Amino acid sequence: MELYATELMGVKTYDDKGNYVGRVREFFIEPAEAPNRISHFLLSRGSFQPLVAKHNQIASVSDKKIQLNVGEKALEVYQPNESWLAVQKDLLDQQIIDTRGRKVVRVNDLDLAEQRSNGNVELRLTQVDVGLPGAVRRLLQGVVPFKMVRKLQSQLPQSSIRWEFVNLIEPDPLRRVKLRITHEKLEDLHPADLADIMEELSASERQSIIASLDEETAAAVLGELDARLTTQIVEDLDPEKAADILEEMAPDAAADVLADLSKETSEELLEEMPGQEAKEVRGLLEFDPATAGGMMNTEFVYVSESATRDEVLEWLRRQDQNFDQLDTIVLLDEKAQYSGVVPVVRMLLAGPEEHLAALRMEPPVSLPPQADEKEVFELFDKYNLRMLTVVDKDNRPIGAITVDDVVSHLVK
Amino acid sequence: MWNRASLADQWATWSVRLDRARSATRTVRRRVALFFAIVGPGLIVSNVDNDAGGIYTYAQSGAQFGNTVLWSLIPMTIALYVSLEMCSRLGAYTGKGLSDLIREEFGFRVTFFLMAAVLLVNLGNVMAEFTGVFWATDVFGISKFISVPLSAILVWVLVVHGSAKWVERIFLTICMVYFSYVVSAVLAKPDWLIALLHLLPPHLVRFIPSIRPFAQVPPFNAEYAVILAGLVGTTIAPWQHFYLQAAVVEKRVGPRQYSHTRNDVLVGSISCMVIVFFIIVCTAATLYVSGIHYVDNAGTAALALKPLAGRWASGLFAIGLLNASIFAASILPLSTAYVICEALGFESGIDHKFGEAKIFYSLYTALIVLGAGLVLLFGGHAKVILLWSQVLNGFLLPVVLIFLLILVNRRDLMGDKINSKGFNWVAWISTVAMIVLTVVVIYSSFHEMHQ
Repeated sequence: MELYATELMGVKTYDDKGNYVGRVREFFIEPAEAPNRISHFLLSRGSFQPLVAKHNQIASVSDKKIQLNVGEKALEVYQPNESWLAVQKDLLDQQIIDTRGRKVVRVNDLDLAEQRSNGNVELRLTQVDVGLPGAVRRLLQGVVPFKMVRKLQSQLPQSSIRWEFVNLIEPDPLRRVKLRITHEKLEDLHPADLADIMEELSASERQSIIASLDEETAAAVLGELDARLTTQIVEDLDPEKAADILEEMAPDAAADVLADLSKETSEELLEEMPGQEAKEVRGLLEFDPATAGGMMNTEFVYVSESATRDEVLEWLRRQDQNFDQLDTIVLLDEKAQYSGVVPVVRMLLAGPEEHLAALRMEPPVSLPPQADEKEVFELFDKYNLRMLTVVDKDNRPIGAITVDDVVSHLVK
Repeated sequence: MWNRASLADQWATWSVRLDRARSATRTVRRRVALFFAIVGPGLIVSNVDNDAGGIYTYAQSGAQFGNTVLWSLIPMTIALYVSLEMCSRLGAYTGKGLSDLIREEFGFRVTFFLMAAVLLVNLGNVMAEFTGVFWATDVFGISKFISVPLSAILVWVLVVHGSAKWVERIFLTICMVYFSYVVSAVLAKPDWLIALLHLLPPHLVRFIPSIRPFAQVPPFNAEYAVILAGLVGTTIAPWQHFYLQAAVVEKRVGPRQYSHTRNDVLVGSISCMVIVFFIIVCTAATLYVSGIHYVDNAGTAALALKPLAGRWASGLFAIGLLNASIFAASILPLSTAYVICEALGFESGIDHKFGEAKIFYSLYTALIVLGAGLVLLFGGHAKVILLWSQVLNGFLLPVVLIFLLILVNRRDLMGDKINSKGFNWVAWISTVAMIVLTVVVIYSSFHEMHQ
């Protein structure tokens, strides 16, 4: 039968001889043993010390009484335990992440299912109730008989999340380890969805999630977050971890983050970063964010215009890089100066021996880094660009602005 | 093919030569932008406070008791600052709204009843705002059956379809109308020294022989207590606390930016009281002096602006009142719907579509429709509506303050940022004082009814 956590709170408990032991005040789950089993019941007895009944000491459970299969003597005295998840204190009314619905929700009640094993009954946590039925149950608990509540709630729209899809939020890192809370489920979400979730949480909760994500995911999430939040998170991170995350970010995004930090913090983080990355980011930090230099990214692919299509493809294949976002390749002439761009699609459709110079887009547009962002927008609009090359005064490409940089500047 | 590293080297040496001054100006600009992004909620919350009910109460107290109510402004400023500061600190250090924290720490049922009370009390406040609209437009001879529904629609559309930033800016600009009270007070030529003298506790002043003849001692009777309670009730309202803490969380104020927010709250509390001071001095110098002791409608209250605006006085007053009422009416229902939905776990926020946040939009719309509708039905009893909305505020405020005090003193939430002993004393004394005043108001208003 299905039971609700609310219905079991305050239920009387009797031992094997039918003597009254106490009332249920709390349940615990011991995630290290079983992720969804109610492992301990806290029984309070007025002024006496509260007792704990283990899951294998329960003979039957209903919303009226709990029957133990042992005598009162066999029960232990309650000692607080950090590695137990308290249903009432840690779950009810708290926020959790619904990893399937990709949002933050508040727990109204918990659905429990009975499972018989040899000689005793185990309760398994099946679903978390976040909708109206749970709210009604909480409100009417102890005031209206549960039969009537059940009748009433069957009329209401259900809204619950299976326990497997629930991700708990625990700001204390030690407790998180003890409770076996991982954020693996979160790493499967799209960084933008995860960023939306993080925006709903409090600072310490955000911090705990970022700290436990792998650097690559953390970098992707920071790139999607609101600038002020990113600054706060990076400021509060351990500098070593922060530098590792920044290293995973695109140099322009990392520069944006560092620009918002205080001089000392940003210098400290740059020291922690490997020389090559730090150098690129330092360079970018010199530019005003409202110019082409401030918008550009220093990571772009460039090849000699005399190379053939197959040579370039072969070279790309050999790189240990993620080219998901690549759609334009920069061409250099024999003097290492900018000579134009080739869209990847043109390469795809070209013959294997075709030279890249022949595939070049006309006209070859570029901008100096000092150019105002308005000029950037105008060029993108006029030529329907997807990427614009930024060149120095010797006409050498130093960076590229992609269409998503333009979009995020326009959105701001 | 070129080596990526060598190109980056070239580029780095080149870029170092770039104008360093540019990066210097940028940090300054960012600082300024940050300052303006954070400054605001405290100022808004205290400005919205000078709404229809507020202006009515200030004018009434000045007309009825002259300068003798002024002494209450300093303790009120302290109480306002202390309670708002606790909220903003709670928001900045926990990153959670007040209603969220109450839900997490006190459970569903407590939250439900508190939210029901918030809904009821704020409905009263919304009615008071629409009463303000009715009074203001009455001055121009516009029927309330036109003005009230029109302003209700305006408010609804502004919030659902407008940009919140612009709406706030427009209203804050029109708030400058309050300064007409300052000018009018100056033109009415009150004795400033005596007015300032009355800011001191009245019984203390009597012990200084040289100024004793100038000091008026307030009559400590029931009517005076009602006015005092009314002043407290309009300046320190429960909804402000929810609104301010939500705004602090929304603006992502963290421990680092907190000092800005505390200054904002301080500036807001003081500026609110300065305006109140001038309104009372102004009405004391005009209405009280000429023997008009009861403010029955906007026309009487507007007489206080005669020294400044002459025959335009009532028009000026009406515009100020209309702005204040519509500003408050556009903030109150929204923040109420927001707070309730957050606490009970419903989807909220105007960035959702109606289908995604049905309860949020229904609450918001219902507050406006009911608020405006009830004013249309009972518009004749405007004074009763204003009084009762304040009494209800008075009921709820101590409850909210007690929750606030418990939360802000929790070390597991706030770390070492819990209240200091002195701060706790001030906060508890103001809470108890408000409870006493509320009891007095309730007693006297029932007394009045049975007479």
